[in-house]
Amino acid sequence: MRYMILIYADEAAMANAPAEATYQMSAAYGAYTEALKKSGAWLAGDRLRPSQATTSVRVAGGKTNVLDGPYADTKEQLAGFYMIEAADADAAIAWAARCPAASAGTVELRPIWELTEYLSEK
Amino acid sequence: MDSRSETARAAAEAAARQSYGKLVAWLAARTRDVAAAEDALADAFAAALERWPRTGVPEKPEAWLLAVARRRRVDAVRRRLTSEAGREHLKLIAQEAEARMTEEDLPDDRLRLMFACAHPAIESSVRSPLILQTVLGFDAATIASAFLVSPATMGQRLVRAKSRIRETGIPFRVPERAELGERLDAVLEAIYAAFAEGWSDPAGTETRRRNLATEGIWLGRLVASLMPEEPEALGLLSLMLFAESRRAARRSAEGDFVPLAEQDCLLWDRALIEEAEALLSHAAAKGVIGRYQLEAAVQSAHAARRLTGRTDWVAIQELYDALLSIAGSPVVAINRAVAIAEAEGAVAGLAALYVLGDDKRLDEYQPYWAARAGLLARLGQVPQACEAYDRAIGLERDPAVRRFLQGKRAVLRN
Repeated sequence: MRYMILIYADEAAMANAPAEATYQMSAAYGAYTEALKKSGAWLAGDRLRPSQATTSVRVAGGKTNVLDGPYADTKEQLAGFYMIEAADADAAIAWAARCPAASAGTVELRPIWELTEYLSEK
Repeated sequence: MDSRSETARAAAEAAARQSYGKLVAWLAARTRDVAAAEDALADAFAAALERWPRTGVPEKPEAWLLAVARRRRVDAVRRRLTSEAGREHLKLIAQEAEARMTEEDLPDDRLRLMFACAHPAIESSVRSPLILQTVLGFDAATIASAFLVSPATMGQRLVRAKSRIRETGIPFRVPERAELGERLDAVLEAIYAAFAEGWSDPAGTETRRRNLATEGIWLGRLVASLMPEEPEALGLLSLMLFAESRRAARRSAEGDFVPLAEQDCLLWDRALIEEAEALLSHAAAKGVIGRYQLEAAVQSAHAARRLTGRTDWVAIQELYDALLSIAGSPVVAINRAVAIAEAEGAVAGLAALYVLGDDKRLDEYQPYWAARAGLLARLGQVPQACEAYDRAIGLERDPAVRRFLQGKRAVLRN
């Protein structure tokens, strides 16, 4: 199964973190990504720019509304993601637990709704 | 119904549940789709529950269920089938299982099914109902009435939990040694919850709830037989059997509540006690202590009264000390305070209770107020005792226990 690991973190805290902590965090993510790739579980993954760079787009009545800022204001913000291949929920939970964000923020794990399943369930 | 046909009915039902649970588990373990597995077999299971008590259990119960399920499906297609997935499942099992069943029994995947139902990603309150439904085939309404929620709510929770198993990819497997402890706890806890719901209706006036205690024991036996080397699985079964052995003694002929200390040991079921003792010593020999073994040991100490005529409260207190250190909870703490009161006197017991006084959860916990009332009464503190009895009476849902508490309170007033 494919799973999405969604990483949520407190942007303000990250921005104010000392350089040393930021460096350590990057190293931890580097090692984690390397482990994912070596095991063959890695499908995709990247860090996102902070929510101040977010643009929300909505089309209503033929008019495109472009809004400065994220869709939802939350205490922690979406900061990055991984897409992984895992045999089942246990394997995916094990990967999610190893993600540096699981210890520092919150990690959300969601299965990909594969198109074939989506069509057969509807 | 006379007792012989009652026995035949119970035997047929047990066999039907055995076979049904095995078929559902086998299917679900291969597809992760519990709902469709149940769907494929629902009609056949209902037919078995209806027919086997009259005709006796067929020689190959699983093959019987399968044959009926296939026949019903053909009918159902004519009536426009509700579940495509159910039909697919039936095809799968028909192809793969039939050949196998001529030679040997279907592999028993019920343990794997139980671990999926009690997975940490499943909300804890629905784990026990989910096991009762998938492994034993109980309908949502029966489970709902036992757990005191509306059938619609219970139905929704069960449906949601089953989709969750499928959608989030919860595996059907017995966890590896390293993670087994915690995960097995969840399975045992779910089984114990089923038993405890049934146990709270000792008079057996509500048939459904009494059955739940029996089913809890049945599931406990199943897990103990599938994991005979797991001391806590044996401990839980032992604990439930000890409790069950006292069923007949828990109410007087008039239906009044009889506290443990006043029960007539001759009414205890000796065979069950002996089985519980054997299980406990088998578990203890593994040398890994745990919550259920300790609770079973407390029960064993109480059961010893049938031989010695007295209760060793010092031993019981020590067991509760150990329990408190590995699985502390307000419930354990209260039982420990009661044991201290018996071993060292009411003042010491009350002191142990008062230490808990800050815990807000106790405000609505009947055993706390009943214990407190009893100890205050023994110390002659009548107004405070009456007050505590009032709290306990207001919190008790069993009328027999309420009458007992009201009686105690009335005596104080005179």
